[in-house]
Amino acid sequence: MIRLRKLARAASLLTTPLAPEDILSLFNPVFSARQLRGVVTRVVPETADSATIFFRPGRGWQAHRAGQWARIGVELNGVRHWRSYSLSAPAGEDPAITVTDMGAVSGTLVRTTKPGDVLFLAPPQGDFILPEHPRPLLMLTAGSGITPVMSMIRTLVPHRPDADVVLIHTARTPADAIFREELAELADQFPNFKVTHWFSGERGRLDFGDTAELDLLCPDWRDRAAYACGPAGFLDDAEALWEAQAAADMTGTAVERTVPAATLTIERFSTSLAGGEGHDGGLVTFEASDREVDADGDTPLLDVGEDAGVLMPSGCRMGICHSCLIPLRAGQVRDLRTGEVHGEPGQLIQTCVSAAAGPVNLDL
Amino acid sequence: MTTLADKPDTAEDSSFTGISAPAVKKRPGALAETGSPLLRPPAAAHLSDEQVAELGRELDAIKDDILAKRGSDDAAYIRRMIKIQRGLEISGRAALLVSKNKAAWAAGTTLLSLAKILENMELGHNILHGQWDWMRDPDIHSTTWEWDFVTPARSWQHTHNDLHHRWTNVVGKDNDIGYNLLRMDPQQEWKPFNFGNPLYNALLAPVFEWGIAVYDLELVDYREGRKSKEALVKDLKALGRKALKQFTKDYAATPAVAMLTGSGKQALYGTLTANAVRNVWAHAVIFCGHFPDGTDTFTEEMVDGETRGDWYVRQMIGSANISGSKFMHLMTGNLSHQIEHHLFPDLPSNRYAEVAPKVQDICRRYGLPYTTGPLLKQVGSTWGKIFKLALPPKKA
Repeated sequence: MIRLRKLARAASLLTTPLAPEDILSLFNPVFSARQLRGVVTRVVPETADSATIFFRPGRGWQAHRAGQWARIGVELNGVRHWRSYSLSAPAGEDPAITVTDMGAVSGTLVRTTKPGDVLFLAPPQGDFILPEHPRPLLMLTAGSGITPVMSMIRTLVPHRPDADVVLIHTARTPADAIFREELAELADQFPNFKVTHWFSGERGRLDFGDTAELDLLCPDWRDRAAYACGPAGFLDDAEALWEAQAAADMTGTAVERTVPAATLTIERFSTSLAGGEGHDGGLVTFEASDREVDADGDTPLLDVGEDAGVLMPSGCRMGICHSCLIPLRAGQVRDLRTGEVHGEPGQLIQTCVSAAAGPVNLDL
Repeated sequence: MTTLADKPDTAEDSSFTGISAPAVKKRPGALAETGSPLLRPPAAAHLSDEQVAELGRELDAIKDDILAKRGSDDAAYIRRMIKIQRGLEISGRAALLVSKNKAAWAAGTTLLSLAKILENMELGHNILHGQWDWMRDPDIHSTTWEWDFVTPARSWQHTHNDLHHRWTNVVGKDNDIGYNLLRMDPQQEWKPFNFGNPLYNALLAPVFEWGIAVYDLELVDYREGRKSKEALVKDLKALGRKALKQFTKDYAATPAVAMLTGSGKQALYGTLTANAVRNVWAHAVIFCGHFPDGTDTFTEEMVDGETRGDWYVRQMIGSANISGSKFMHLMTGNLSHQIEHHLFPDLPSNRYAEVAPKVQDICRRYGLPYTTGPLLKQVGSTWGKIFKLALPPKKA
């Protein structure tokens, strides 16, 4: 590896200002350590609007742990968009994401991805992972929330005879339930794994208002380490139920516990960004400079920053030279020229012609 | 980058735009909403404020039309160009490694010359303008791209994108008029030094990249106190590092590897030739952008109070196109569409050809010149001006 690096440095004398990898990537698209990429190897449809995409990552990827997610970059009409997706493949195997069509980016992934396509990647991360020591587990999932849990189940159930896993998965209809057949097969094959499907189209929403339904589906749920993943409402309800149970434990109304108090680990998908609409402006945060300024919706961010004493890069101040670009961390901006409101995390903003459209966080 | 050189500019701006602007704070560099400059350039003097505003709206619409269409085809275009360029580069350099063979030398030198031209013009110049930033690909981005040219990309972006494109052809503001070396406009005061105009230009052409590198140091600004010593030292160091890498690649590493086949000397001649060919070509194309007959220069009065429409007018009548084949347009990095490039410097270059007839039609309808001609004619016209302005102005 060391020798390879020396070789690369020697070769770069001949390729400057490019790096040798820029030349090599002509032959193999994943050969770039600067931009991690993966080549799609297989696409498996799961339900009418979801699919699992297997890919072979290039250098710089690290093996995922069951339950983790990765940022995936996809090009829509020539423009790079990044989204986070849970990895559904078991730990130790080639990564795969299971994507449900819920918008432009996920829709494109589900409908148009084919083997040989290149995805842009960021290494896996997340702490929604299995406990270090064996414990009885309860998995509560709703809709596409099954994906990270599927990775956990696939990792644990076939390989650990001492595993004890109960999965309660809710989906609208049987046809919408991702991995339904595989889960049924696993439950047949491994007595230490039980699965219950709850179809809300038939039975209404799984009620976390009190413990009645949970007691019925999994009587020993209090003795299990619980994992929940699904839409915000589902998770909020589950959290409330576990908190109420913890409060009841504290006041001593519950039976004496033989195991540590029940814990709930949750994984939330896509915390929505605080992007505001309208000409109202908002609070502009310069993160690295540690400054916050209230800005109106008509003042360019460049002026806002300069007035606050932030060292802003600047150029023509009329939107043509691109000297003033700053990465957006969160929020949305209004293009003062067109009135268009736009912004995604990581996007470079022309501060001289962009104003805050709601709260804005800038990486400067 | 904000350098000291920016500060006097903006200060001056707000003071003179302040004349017409009431108490409302006006952002520096912003164009006036309505009205007209103190003096409208002669070629546009026949236009009313309302006509200029309408012309501005028409050009905005042309831009919006392209922005709406811009997408995966454009992304595929620039990626294809990058692949072609890298293919030319490695095959050219590979051929030079065995250039003891005369055919290999000719092929290698030709391929490398083409690669360097394509790299500087269609890739470097345009990517560094931010024409491809919309793709959000960090490898094809104005903030990350570095080019095969001695001047560091960031230095060039400052003098070119910030200064030249903003102050296009304004005498005293746009130093691209003669690059502090040549007398390119009658408004520039004649000195005996200017007798050498044609000689300097002939000497500049084959080493054009060094001319640009020195120009980007903004030595005049340093001498006149508008650029700090620290900023100059920083720029010098950046240039030194870049030049060393460029030198090593073309004049040491490539010949050294070629020595394995006994072609070291030939390879060195090859890289020297390729750089010179690229320099002469780039020099010719760039001089055709604003210097041929028919292009206008402007005084500071003509930009004071400029509206968006007036700004567009100045870009159109201050620039000149080159007519020719598709291949010629590509080799100029579409700077043959200089007029369209100056109107819309951050539109992707592959779209200029499509915009050109519409711009030409606007010029015709508003009675404005649209200067264009074949390469040799434009080069000849530029040289004519260089010879003419070497001589002192005739006494009236």
